[in-house]
Amino acid sequence: MNVNYSAATRSTALSTAALLLLSSVAIAQAPAQKATPAGNVKNGKKIYTTYGCYQCHGRVAHGGGPAGPRIGPSILNYQAFAAYVRHPKAQMPPYTVKSLSDQEMADIYAYVQTFPKAPDPKTIPLLQD
Amino acid sequence: MANSYQSEKSSPPTSSVDRRDFLRLAATGTAALVGSAKALKAEEAAPKADTPAEAKEADVLTADRTGSDFMVDVLKTLNFEYVFSNPGSSFRGLQESFINYGSNKNPEWLTCCHEESSVAMAHGYAKIEGKPGLVFAHGTVGLQHAAMAIYNAFCDRVPVYLILGNTMDATMRRPGVEWYHSVQDAALMVRDYIKWDDLPISLAHFAESAARAYKIAMTPPMEPVVLVADSELQERAIDPGEKLRIPKLSLTTPPQGDSGAVSEAARLLVSAENPVIIADRCARTQAGMKYLVELAERLQASVIDQGGRMNFPSRHALNQSDRRAAVLGSADVVLALEVADFWGATHSVRDQLTRSSRSLVKSGAKLISISAMELYIKSNYQDFQRFPETDLPISGDAEATLPTLIEEVKRLTTADRKRAFQDRGSKLAAAQHQSVERARAEAAWGWDASPISLARLCAELWAQIKDKDWSLVAGNGSGWPARLWNFDKYHQHIGGSGAAGVGYGSPAAVGAALANKKHGRFSVNIQNDGDLMYAPGVLWTAAHHRIPLLNVMHNNRAYHQEVMHIQRMANRHSRGVDTAHIGSTIDDPNIDYAKLAQSMGWYAEGPITDPKDLGPALKRAVAVAAKGEPALIDVVTQPR
Repeated sequence: MNVNYSAATRSTALSTAALLLLSSVAIAQAPAQKATPAGNVKNGKKIYTTYGCYQCHGRVAHGGGPAGPRIGPSILNYQAFAAYVRHPKAQMPPYTVKSLSDQEMADIYAYVQTFPKAPDPKTIPLLQD
Repeated sequence: MANSYQSEKSSPPTSSVDRRDFLRLAATGTAALVGSAKALKAEEAAPKADTPAEAKEADVLTADRTGSDFMVDVLKTLNFEYVFSNPGSSFRGLQESFINYGSNKNPEWLTCCHEESSVAMAHGYAKIEGKPGLVFAHGTVGLQHAAMAIYNAFCDRVPVYLILGNTMDATMRRPGVEWYHSVQDAALMVRDYIKWDDLPISLAHFAESAARAYKIAMTPPMEPVVLVADSELQERAIDPGEKLRIPKLSLTTPPQGDSGAVSEAARLLVSAENPVIIADRCARTQAGMKYLVELAERLQASVIDQGGRMNFPSRHALNQSDRRAAVLGSADVVLALEVADFWGATHSVRDQLTRSSRSLVKSGAKLISISAMELYIKSNYQDFQRFPETDLPISGDAEATLPTLIEEVKRLTTADRKRAFQDRGSKLAAAQHQSVERARAEAAWGWDASPISLARLCAELWAQIKDKDWSLVAGNGSGWPARLWNFDKYHQHIGGSGAAGVGYGSPAAVGAALANKKHGRFSVNIQNDGDLMYAPGVLWTAAHHRIPLLNVMHNNRAYHQEVMHIQRMANRHSRGVDTAHIGSTIDDPNIDYAKLAQSMGWYAEGPITDPKDLGPALKRAVAVAAKGEPALIDVVTQPR
């Protein structure tokens, strides 16, 4: 069996895969690595919640549900991350400069990069069966 | 199934005078004129201290046997186990007959706190037990409460048998409330989303329509049906001369697909390089699962289980549900089995300012469907979904058609094709193994987070129930059970609401748990907070009727899907991206679901916010539920 998604949720789930694919494309197409702007982690933490990032990506940016992929720590460099947020290709709603300034973008990026990597699932007994 | 009715088995009524007629005439001072010889005799025999009117009234207002008794006899032949009902005066005759004349057994009357709960309980019950529950409601206010739950059952293709109380004869209504509770055409309000209804005007008519309604409800596509039980028909004494019988009922066999079309489907599947089977409400029974497994294994075909029912084992090597886009992208033949939305299942839709869609299936791929829904489509409500451009649409019940399809596949499979199938199967098994590993790796992210991740919640819960004969009766835990648990029995999953009408989960879980009770199964529900708050009174119903059930709250303190929708609109309009929570979150104050459940007789703990506390709390609650009581653990969770 599988999840009984509503049609809308199903398409969101599909978009997760699409997002991951497009993320890879974004990495490949990203301009030569530029310096990542300095971000304010504290403000990033605040607006990660108030601006709704947590809704799809989880409060610790872990993703994994049907709504959005993991973004903490982001697998994208800053430029690819920002480009995607401004012009998402799948189900993610776009955040324009009017809604999210460049500095706030940098703050969020700095915040999601603070999350540690997941433990090896083989070290978690509950994930062995 | 049914039998001839023994109309002599009860004593004849004491009077043939209609009691309402008597009251009406008494009110105009003419009661004595209608008194039978028997009534007059009673008057003569009464002690002088009694008033003659009281004595006569006592005589003519009682009856040993009423229409509602006969209705009970009729409904008992349909083998209902339970009546799900919130009490209502328009069916008071029937309720009294069920609990006294019918001894409150087979069916047993259950006290529900809302008609939406009554229907949703019957909905959940039917999906476990494979037959409808009986629901009683007022034809007006009760049905109005029940309407959304009926729509859910309709869209979920589930039989629910409703009886509505109503008083047709305007001169028989009590002043005031009974007029508000009366209607010319009670079923009209829900006629667009039930399969059949009737308003019997005699007891003989009731008997025939009761049998007909059951037969219609149980013929695929199974759907809710409605009978209106007029209060006069219920409460009036049965005329001693009235010839009553209960018709014999044999259920209609489920329709099978045309044999020629099934042969063509088998030919396409056998010759395909990458066939994909999509199953939604395919299996109706454990046998349906078995057939689907056999078909998939004979073809070594990918299976995408959409989860409308428990169709295919979650850990089967051919289960490619987690790889939908990949397998559909390479498919040259797609077989849809009772898929409610075949177009949606094969397309990706982007919900942005400009709606766009793309096919997930390559051009030229052949699309086949087998569904009983082709036989029954209505116009007004749009549950039939977007038009799929199917190459070979086959009308028929999928489970009933699968054995023939399997035989055709066997007949057409050559040794060469068999070898090709085996190669394909090996690749699919490897991909499925990788899907499981990927799910576990994803589950590890946010493992120690607070609020608790859904992956952690589901892993902790699985550890507590995996050695029991368990049944996930509602809630999908954001898809984690499907990815982490080992589903391999039909009763382990019953699908969702049907129409995505919120408020289904909690009562459907109680209804399904009731059905599981006699089988000794352990019922577990991953309960959304917003859903529970629609009609939390069902918690009391579960406690009152000793229905064992473990509710684990997926408490994200929001109608979270709606939060996401508002966020989407705010982003689209480039304004207020920080206010999407207004109107959609359920906090300030936070609801204490443990206390709510405790107040209605449940064992409950929470709110639990530290993942380290979750396992021990679940263990305690499982022990309680295993002893036959309902238990709830309130878990404060990540949104999804």
